[in-house]
Amino acid sequence: MNSPAYRQIINEGLWSNNPALVQILGLCPLLAVSNTVLNGLGLGLATTLTLVASNAVVSLIRRWVRPEIRIPVFVMIIASVVTVIELMMNAWFHELYLILGIFIPLIVTNCTIIARAESFASKNALIPSVADGLFMGLGFTLVLLLLGTMREAIGFGTLLSHAELVFGPGGKALTITLWEHYRGYLLAILPPGAFLGLGFIIAIKNSIDRKRTRKTQSVSVAQPEVANG
Amino acid sequence: MAVLQSSPHTPPQNSVSNMMVAVLYALIPGTLVYLYFFGWGTIINMLIALLTAVACEALMLKLRQRPLRPFLMDGSALVTAVLLALALPTLAPWWLTVIGTAFGIIIAKHLYGGLGYNPFNPAMVGYAMLLISFPREMTAWLPSGIEDFTFLDSLRYTLFEVLPHGRDYDSITMATPLDLVKTQLGLDHTMEEIIGNSRGLFQQAWGWINLMFLFGGILLIYMKVIGWRIPLAILVSLFVISTLFAIPDPDLRPSPWFHLFSGATMLGAFFIATDPVTAATTPRGQFIYGCGIGILLYVIRTWGGYPDGVAFAVLLMNMAVPTIDYYTQPRVFGEERD
Repeated sequence: MNSPAYRQIINEGLWSNNPALVQILGLCPLLAVSNTVLNGLGLGLATTLTLVASNAVVSLIRRWVRPEIRIPVFVMIIASVVTVIELMMNAWFHELYLILGIFIPLIVTNCTIIARAESFASKNALIPSVADGLFMGLGFTLVLLLLGTMREAIGFGTLLSHAELVFGPGGKALTITLWEHYRGYLLAILPPGAFLGLGFIIAIKNSIDRKRTRKTQSVSVAQPEVANG
Repeated sequence: MAVLQSSPHTPPQNSVSNMMVAVLYALIPGTLVYLYFFGWGTIINMLIALLTAVACEALMLKLRQRPLRPFLMDGSALVTAVLLALALPTLAPWWLTVIGTAFGIIIAKHLYGGLGYNPFNPAMVGYAMLLISFPREMTAWLPSGIEDFTFLDSLRYTLFEVLPHGRDYDSITMATPLDLVKTQLGLDHTMEEIIGNSRGLFQQAWGWINLMFLFGGILLIYMKVIGWRIPLAILVSLFVISTLFAIPDPDLRPSPWFHLFSGATMLGAFFIATDPVTAATTPRGQFIYGCGIGILLYVIRTWGGYPDGVAFAVLLMNMAVPTIDYYTQPRVFGEERD
């Protein structure tokens, strides 16, 4: 594989085919767990790890799986990967594990993972598949982080609260209180806040895209004039 | 030479802005009663809400590249602002009113496509959002007949949340009758005890407010600004269901008259539920829509978590309006009955 393909993988994962903003997949964990930055980060990284591992395994066995039974095989691979990650989080990030609760095993049902296995990893070599998993996962994580930042800042008036759960005891210093004596804005924490926040992020992304295409169009229109002149 | 025009040949009597102005006039008697019983708070809220509504409306129209004048002049944003201000407690800090109005206008109205396209009543979306997000601030009702709480005291509280010297938050706020009845019933008191113990004036204030909104509403029906079906369906269904529950159990269930004349019953029935954009449009559909609101209102008041349920009842039935309209399409003349 040559480098432009990797650039395309990166661009698709982070922007043009972002799992949360363009494919609108994996909304259940995205909306439920994005109420603080740390929850978003934890679930995002767990999902990324799952994506990388499942894409790698699917890519390796792609020549030996018959197309008729590929979906059950993918599901079993993803389920095993998620089980491993769940046990690891239980061992090393126990507090975070307790907060994220049911949403860690539910990573299995995140459509992004099976979509990448089906549409990318089962057709590509190992290294591009791993890269695809990594950048799709990072794209998902970034949206979770953005949504978590918005909801935590508006809802609680803090950022990175409970950072010690991931970064150890020193992480407590990372917590930023944006406004003292903030009363809290419950709507941002409740599910409507997640829907509204995601809606705004998608709208912003679309408007940036539209501005970009308009710019490239105006450039391509302008070029012949320069050539003629 | 006469120009041949297609029908309709009689011009419509009511433009949007005429309707909205009529609604605003009809709200005046009720607002005056608020002023008499609860002091200046509601008027201050109203001014803040109006300013916010006009600013948000102008901002959204500009962002959406719509002409400013016709939409700003139609008065629909003003009606939203006034209805929300009437629903807010008298001691609302300024940011509460601003957030509620902005949410109603920007998210519930313009993000859905502006006037005529919004499926939910903007004022009630703003109110429900505030009730869920700021439960403490949303219950700060000044007791009626409190005399030494002046205009300046109200204004100072609204702007800086500072109370007059020697008063604390608990001494100047009071539960509304619906709230009182709900908590007292929860403490195993009977209706008779509750009414005997509570100050009569308090209930009287809400009775007068509802009576004045009833008067304004009937005026609107008389002027053909709103239809009679939705208010009638709401009031009758609320009356019937509360009678059904109150007859076998008069000690535990408030009387139907209590339900009709407390909280936001009349305001909801005549001014909120009849919003031409979000209400059902077919005649049969309007009866179903109204009955749904009346029954939900009783259910939320009696078994729900909040003392009053007008906002939630209206929003829930707003959600059902497309289905109701779909199934109650009147038969087109000449079409066969099925």
